[in-house]
Amino acid sequence: MSNPKPATTAAPGNGALLATIIRGQSVIVPILALIVAFAIGAILIAGQGVNPISAYASLFHYAWFSSDGLQVTLLRTAGLALTGLAVAIPLKIGMFNIGAQGQFLVGAITAAFVGYQFGNLPGIPLILVALVGGIIGGAVWGWISGILKAKRNVHEVISTIMLNYVAAQLIDWLLNSYLKAPGQAIPQTPKIVDQAQIGNLGPFPVGFLIAIVLAAFSWWLLRRTVLGFQFGTVGANPEAARYAGVKLPRMYAAGMTLAGGMAGLSGGVQTLGETHYFEQSFAGSLGFDGVTVALLARGNPIGVVPAAFLLASLRAGAPGLQFDLGVQPEIVDLVLAITLLLVSIPILAKLLVRKGATAAPTPAPIEEELR
Amino acid sequence: MSERILDIVGLTKVYGSVRANEDITMHVDRGEIVALLGENGAGKSTLVKQIFGLGRPDAGTITINGDPAKIKDPTDASARGIGMVHQHFQLVPVMTVAENVILGHEPTKGLSLNLSAARALVTEISERHGLAVDPDATIEDLPVGTQQRVEIIKALSRQVDLLILDEPTAVLTPQETDELLAVMKELAAAGTSIVFITHKLREVLAVADRVYVLRRGKTVGEVRAADTDAAGLAQMMVGRSVVLQVDKADPQVGDEVLKVDDLHVLDDRKLPAVNGFTVAVRAGEIVGVAGVEGNGQRELVEAIAGMRRPVSGTVSLSGKDITTADPHATHAAGLGHIPEDREKHGLVSGYSIADNLVLNRFDEPEFTSGVMRDFGAIKENAANWIQVFDIRTPSGELPASSLSGGNKQKVVVAREMSAKPKLLLAAQPTRGVDVGSIEFIHRRIVEARDAGAAVLLVSAELDEILSLSDRIAVVHAGKVVAEMPAAGADRTKIGELMAGGHHEG
Repeated sequence: MSNPKPATTAAPGNGALLATIIRGQSVIVPILALIVAFAIGAILIAGQGVNPISAYASLFHYAWFSSDGLQVTLLRTAGLALTGLAVAIPLKIGMFNIGAQGQFLVGAITAAFVGYQFGNLPGIPLILVALVGGIIGGAVWGWISGILKAKRNVHEVISTIMLNYVAAQLIDWLLNSYLKAPGQAIPQTPKIVDQAQIGNLGPFPVGFLIAIVLAAFSWWLLRRTVLGFQFGTVGANPEAARYAGVKLPRMYAAGMTLAGGMAGLSGGVQTLGETHYFEQSFAGSLGFDGVTVALLARGNPIGVVPAAFLLASLRAGAPGLQFDLGVQPEIVDLVLAITLLLVSIPILAKLLVRKGATAAPTPAPIEEELR
Repeated sequence: MSERILDIVGLTKVYGSVRANEDITMHVDRGEIVALLGENGAGKSTLVKQIFGLGRPDAGTITINGDPAKIKDPTDASARGIGMVHQHFQLVPVMTVAENVILGHEPTKGLSLNLSAARALVTEISERHGLAVDPDATIEDLPVGTQQRVEIIKALSRQVDLLILDEPTAVLTPQETDELLAVMKELAAAGTSIVFITHKLREVLAVADRVYVLRRGKTVGEVRAADTDAAGLAQMMVGRSVVLQVDKADPQVGDEVLKVDDLHVLDDRKLPAVNGFTVAVRAGEIVGVAGVEGNGQRELVEAIAGMRRPVSGTVSLSGKDITTADPHATHAAGLGHIPEDREKHGLVSGYSIADNLVLNRFDEPEFTSGVMRDFGAIKENAANWIQVFDIRTPSGELPASSLSGGNKQKVVVAREMSAKPKLLLAAQPTRGVDVGSIEFIHRRIVEARDAGAAVLLVSAELDEILSLSDRIAVVHAGKVVAEMPAAGADRTKIGELMAGGHHEG
């Protein structure tokens, strides 16, 4: 049929404005949630007879301005941002990756192994090989869940949780056998060689810079590329995606592999940049905190960086609360939990949208924005 | 003179900045059948939902049997004599008819359910109103028309003065529709008032006493059915004359494009749905597949499009075997597919109109540069098709969910036409679409034919098949039972063939 050239540009007018308002929700909701959570935290702190303002001041002072504070906070931010991306990317495909923890562990131990085993390599190549090793380790772990979903329709929540256990137990065994550092009481790997350690570039830890670059890359991938469009379509309406010729199994496998790679790199960055050897307990809850970060960022890869920074600051500053004022540091986790709860309540978002915009549904679908 | 059951004055309902209903005034007397007629998005459903207590008016009053008190919720509405049969049935598939009817107000004997009382109730109502149904049948085993009858019995079991039917005939076969219309007349004669929503003019003229025509949330006309005709109603609905008959030239038939040979396909329950279907469509002709819904049409279309793998048989497109090709491959081979369910398959409602206009063309060179999407081209494409298809939206960046049903369908049709398909597979292309858009989409389909596309049209609307097709294949039980040229095809004969000699209910 005829295909006349567009005579007019469809005037954006209030249409574009509406889209902007809806987009704005994804920033407003977490910020409001944070304010409310901090207010509730303040009441609890006040209940202990401490001035909440000075408590929060001490918290952030400790996180940002104490001698090593900012350094530690930024290192934590790097790890959290990367595991946050490991959760945020599958979210776009409609998958919930609970397995960042396992993927992180596999990545961390792989990087540690490379870091002490290939000590004859010079610095930069060794670091690259170790980090890529971490990425591949995590990616394989993520890929297993992806391929299980693609081929056998195994729900990723189940498979990732199970694979977390498998990773932990497997690593426990390795740490007690092949990878055990001789002469150590606690099961741990040998220390990586000096030239494999990554430090700072200017004032910033290298890992932090890597995380920022990858957050930007993820945003670009999800918002600007053909692959990202396919991810988003599968997430928004898998039936329509199938109709449109998107190969769903490939997307599941690709998304989880990418996610696992991010979590694995998080493990690599932590090993090379902070701990310099691997011990089971080093992971802490980094993988699970990735879920918090991704939800706080509402799945937006750029939002993952500030969300990770906030979480890292709270975690790093918590000891300050205890040292300076005797406030239980657990209050930090309480504030986080309340924030997460509030962010997860879709009603809050809906109310906001109804107020701000018109006939729009929940804000969630407007992930995809055109220039 | 007669008793007033429902009286609505100045009703207004606002969603955000959209006035879904504006200053609506209407009434229903005892024993009257009132039709609410209007395009999609005219505010018909919004209006009846408020009568049934699902949503409250922002202004105006609804008076039921002389009582202007606000309707709190559906329970309150039921207590005051309002019954409603929703478009999507609210039945529990694994329970029996009797169990479904008493659900929510179960008669008991001691602590246990009094099922014999329930059965007696169903039998009593079904005999009184001529609604034949077996109280012990399980819902999921019943045809759609019978399920609807159960819904009506359920509503009647609660002493209704006013029965609301939301698009009751949308899911029915022609025979079932006629039966329903007869039941409606009988109920009205027995004193039950009925409000029903439809956009089928024929039904309005067949049963309604009065008609309210809604347009953009307002009542634009109230007319006695006896005083009007189809053309008059259609004009009121869209505000201009509509050509219901499609003008088209004789087909310029070319080479065979689609060849379906002895195709067998299973449905979702793994039961045979398509049983040896054979059809051929040549370039430049429209072949209409006429049939009662559920005779394998959906599975046929999905199999051709690559969304469902056939058990046996072959499908070829311009000589290329696409029997086991996936949707990506069939699209690449030149197949355009207007899916039956635009919300489920045809659109991603949260995506912008622009993205939806390239939904299955996202990786074509025209819309990509390297691994990236070419947003300039996508935007330009949207601006073009929004204009060509007269899609009513202030911006292509708005989500598809902001569009009315007709405009959503235009997005789907525009996209499928934009790829200049060799074969256009059009499944229920105008379902749930307003009259204005129907006319528009019909013209486009004929244009595609004239430009040399082969068109396979699958529709539950016999009128649509008759007015668009060059040839008609009548399908029954997953098989073509007759094929004929459309010129001179006899409506009644096709109806009989569609029914396959077997009668439901």
